[in-house]
Amino acid sequence: MQWETVIGLEIHAQLATKSKIFSGASTAFGSAPNTQACNVDLGMPGVLPVLNREAVRMAVTFGVAINAEIGERSVFARKNYFYPDLPKGYQISQFELPIVGKGEVEIELDDGVRRTIGVTRAHLEEDAGKSLHEDFHGMTGVDLNRAGTPLLEIVSEPDMRSAKEAVAYAKKIHQLVQYLGICDGNMQEGSFRCDANVSVRPFGGPLGTRAELKNLNSFRFLERAINIEVERQIDLIEAGGEVVQETRLYDADKDETRSMRSKEEANDYRYFPDPDLLPVELDADLIESIRAAMPELPEAKRKRFSEAYGLSEYDAVFLTSGKDLADYFEQAAKVAGDAKLTANWVMGELSGSLNKAGLGLAESPVSAEALGQMLLRIVDNTISGKIAKQVFEAMLAGEGGADQIIEAKGLKQITDTGAIERVVDEVLAANVDQVENYRNADEKKRPKMLGFFVGQVMKQSKGKANPQQVNELLLKKLSA
Amino acid sequence: MYNKTISELARGLRAGDFSSVELTRTYLKRVSSFNSGLNSFVTVCEEQALQEAELADQRLKGGHTSLLAGIPIAHKDIFCTQGIKTSCGSKMLDKFVAPYDAHVVSQFKQAGAVMLGKTNMDEFAMGSSNENSFYGPVRNPWKESAVPGGSSGGSAAAVAARLCVAATGTDTGGSIRQPASFCGITGLKPTYGRVSRYGMIAFASSLDQGGPMARTAEDAAAMLQVMAGFDGRDSTSAEAAVPDYSATLGDDLRGLRIGVPKEYFGGGLDANIEASIQLALNEYVSMGAELVDISLPNTHLGVPTYYVVAPAECSSNLSRFDGVRFGHRCSEPKDLEDLYKRSRGEGFGAEVKRRIMIGTYALSAGYYDAYYLKAQKIRHLISDDFRAAFNQVDVIMGPTAPSTAFGIGEKADDPVTMYLSDIYTIAVNLAGLPGMSIPVQPVGGMPVGLQLIGNYFEEAKLLNVAHRLQQETDWHSASPAGFE
Repeated sequence: MQWETVIGLEIHAQLATKSKIFSGASTAFGSAPNTQACNVDLGMPGVLPVLNREAVRMAVTFGVAINAEIGERSVFARKNYFYPDLPKGYQISQFELPIVGKGEVEIELDDGVRRTIGVTRAHLEEDAGKSLHEDFHGMTGVDLNRAGTPLLEIVSEPDMRSAKEAVAYAKKIHQLVQYLGICDGNMQEGSFRCDANVSVRPFGGPLGTRAELKNLNSFRFLERAINIEVERQIDLIEAGGEVVQETRLYDADKDETRSMRSKEEANDYRYFPDPDLLPVELDADLIESIRAAMPELPEAKRKRFSEAYGLSEYDAVFLTSGKDLADYFEQAAKVAGDAKLTANWVMGELSGSLNKAGLGLAESPVSAEALGQMLLRIVDNTISGKIAKQVFEAMLAGEGGADQIIEAKGLKQITDTGAIERVVDEVLAANVDQVENYRNADEKKRPKMLGFFVGQVMKQSKGKANPQQVNELLLKKLSA
Repeated sequence: MYNKTISELARGLRAGDFSSVELTRTYLKRVSSFNSGLNSFVTVCEEQALQEAELADQRLKGGHTSLLAGIPIAHKDIFCTQGIKTSCGSKMLDKFVAPYDAHVVSQFKQAGAVMLGKTNMDEFAMGSSNENSFYGPVRNPWKESAVPGGSSGGSAAAVAARLCVAATGTDTGGSIRQPASFCGITGLKPTYGRVSRYGMIAFASSLDQGGPMARTAEDAAAMLQVMAGFDGRDSTSAEAAVPDYSATLGDDLRGLRIGVPKEYFGGGLDANIEASIQLALNEYVSMGAELVDISLPNTHLGVPTYYVVAPAECSSNLSRFDGVRFGHRCSEPKDLEDLYKRSRGEGFGAEVKRRIMIGTYALSAGYYDAYYLKAQKIRHLISDDFRAAFNQVDVIMGPTAPSTAFGIGEKADDPVTMYLSDIYTIAVNLAGLPGMSIPVQPVGGMPVGLQLIGNYFEEAKLLNVAHRLQQETDWHSASPAGFE
C-alpha cells in the first residue's frame, strides 16, 4: 500500500524580551541557577503576575506577518499540573482565545515547488524552569531561571506531507521570527523548539492516529526523527498493529523514537481563565501601528535585492536567508559601492572561511564595514581581486583593516604606466621567441598566448601591477 | 486609652498626652492578658512593635501627617510580612517566613502604623467560624463558647476585645462582614480591585478582597485610606482615584434611598435579628432616608455558585504548596509522587482538602461546562440583579448573617449548614461590590450586624451611611464584658 505522511508542527519560539512575561526578572541565558528568579517566578504565596506588554507586541507582530486574525480579546488560562520545575503548579498559557488566530506561510521546496502551510494559532505562555538530573547524586535539582520566560507557541495545521516539507516550514518560521526581531532563533539554547505530530494514512484516507515527537533540537533531527517515525508507523500497521496516540522522545544517539507517555497517562490540565490577569484587549490602532512598523520581510527583501542590486535569484535567496546576513551584505555593499562584487565576496570568501572556522556571522572577525572598506580598494584600483584575497586572509587573522594591511605589506597596486611599461619591456626583451610566435599566430590563438606575457609581468611585479593596464600595454606593444 | 478611636488617639499622640510606645505597651499588655483565652493572635511581635512605636514617635515629632502614625494595629495572617511568620492558619505554612511585605502591609508601614502581630484565621481563609485553623479556634469575646465567625475571626475578636485599635481582614464570601457581625464591630469589604491583593495569600482570586475591621465607621475610613489605591503589581487593581473617605463622613442622609431586598428577609432568618435590622432601618427613616422594597431574584443561587467558583480557583491557587520550594515537606519522601501526596496530605486541613477536591472536580474535563462555566454565567445574573437595583436605590441593606454567633462545634460537622451562614454576604463578592457590616441592637446579649451594600467604588457613601447611624446610636460602642 502507498502511505501518505501527515505532519503538523508545534513550535515554541522564546520571545526576545528583556524581562519575563509576568515578572520583572531578566531573561538572559546562562546565569548561575536560580539567580534570575524573583518571588513571582518562584510562585511565592501572595505574588501576582503582571503581563509584559512587549511580549504582546511581539506576538501581534508575528500575527500580522503571517496575515493572521489577531484576537481583539485574548485570555490567559491556567494549565494545571504538578511538576517540580513548574513553581505555581500551573502554567499560564492561552487556551480558548489565543492572541493570534488563523494565518498562513508559504514554503519553497528544493525543487522550487511552493506550498502554503496553515497556521492554526499562536499563543503566549510562560516557560517552565529546568529539572537537572545530573550532579545531584540521585536527587533532582531545579533551576527556575527559565521559569516565566515568554514563549510564543505556533501551532500549524496538519498540512505537511513529508519530513522535507516540515523542515522547510520550520526553517521558514525560524527565518521569520528572526527577521521580526522577536526571537534569537538559537536552537542549542532552546530559544526555538519544535515538536512534530506525525501520522500516516492510505493516500486520501481519513487521518491516522498521531504520535507527538519531542526533543527535536535541530532541523536535522527534526527531519531524521520524522522519517524514522513514519517508517515505524508504516511497519507497525503493515504488520497488523495499531499506532497509539502517545508522546515519543527522539534519541539522536540511538537514532530512534521511544514512548514517553500514552494518552491514558496524559494529564487533565483543567484549563480555566486565569483570574489574576485581565483579558488582553487590543485596539485597532495598536495593531495598525504594529503593521506600519513591520520590518521588511524575507520575501520583500529578496525581491528588492534582485531588483535594486541586480542580483541573480540565487544570490538574492542566499543573501536574504537570514536577516543578519542580509544586513551584513547591505552594509558592506554600501561601503564598497559595488553590490555584485560584495555579493560574490560575502557568499564566497566570507561564508567559506566562516564555515571552515565553524563561526557564526555574529562572530565574524571581519565586520561588514571592514569588508566593505577592503572591497572599496578593489573598486578604486588600489588592489586587484587576487591581492584582495591575501588582504582578506590577513584581516581574518586579525592583522588590522584593509588599508593598514595593504600599507604594511606593500600590496598597493602599481598603476604608474611608466613603471609597468618598464616591466613589460623587460619581459618582451627576455622572451623574443614568444613575441615572434605571437606576431605570427592566428588572431584566434593570440588571446591565449597573451596570457603568458601577462603572467610573466604579474610575476615580475609580484602581482601588484594593475592587470588591466598590463593588458593594454602588452597589446599595444605586441601589435606594434 | 484602649476605648478611643483612631482620630482620638491621633490627637492624643500629637498633643503629647501619651506616646506611641506607651500606647503600644498598653495594647501588648492586653494581648498578653487576654490572648491565651481568645486565641486571636497567631504571632505577637512585641519587640518589633515597640521599635515601630519608637520610630513612629520620632516621626510624629517631625510632623508625620498620617492618621495611622503610631497606632497599634494587627494584620490577618494571610498578608505576607517580611521576616515574620505568615501561616495563613495552616500547618502548611507553620514555618513559612515571607520574603516580602504584602502591598497592604507596606502601606501601613509607610503610614507609620505599629503592627502588634498577626491574627488567627480559618486555614487559607476557608471557613465561617475560625474553627478551621491549625492554631485552634478563636473564641468570641462576647461568649467564650461561641465562634467569632470567619475567616477573619482573629481580627474581629481582637478588635472587639480591644487587643488592637483596628485590624486588616480579607473577604472572599463574607470573611470580614460575618465575623464583624458576630463580634459586634465594623467591617468593610471594598469593591473588588480597590485594595491590592499583592502579598495577600490567594484563596479565590476573583473574589478575594482585603479590607478594614474596626470599632467605628470613622476608624474604618481611616484604615481604608491607607489600604486603598492602585498597585501595578496586581493586574486586577483599579486605577480609579481614591477619595478622602473622612471628608464625606457626616453628609446628610435626607433623600437617601435604601433598598431592602425581600430575599434577605424571612426564610432562615432569625426573627429577633429581623427585628434588630428593622430597628436600624427605622433609624435611617428618622434621619430622612427612604426605604424601597427591591428584589434580588437570583440571591438563592449565590451559595451554590460560590461553592463552584471559589473551590475551582482555590484548587489551582493552592497547587504551589507542593513541598518543593517552601512550606511543609513530609519527611523522607521516597519519590516525587510521595513527596506531593504526603506533603499536601499532612499540610492541609480537612476543609481545605474538601474544597480542593470540589474545585478539581468542577474544572475536570467533561464537567467544566456544567459547573465552572455555568457558575460564571450565574455570576453575571447576580451582578445584573444588583445593577438593576442600583438604578433605583443608593444603598442596599439587610442582615449580615442569618443568626448571631453560633457555638463552637455546633456546625463543624455539617459543612453545608456552615456554608449557609454566608448566604447574605456571598452575592456581594460574586458581583464585586463593596459591603459593610455594622453593629445594631444585640439579640440575647450577642451582637447583630446590619449589612450595607453599595455600588462599585462607593465606599465613601457606605462609610458615611454607617457613620451617621453610629452618630445617632451607640450600638457600636458596646464592649464585651470583661474587656471594657
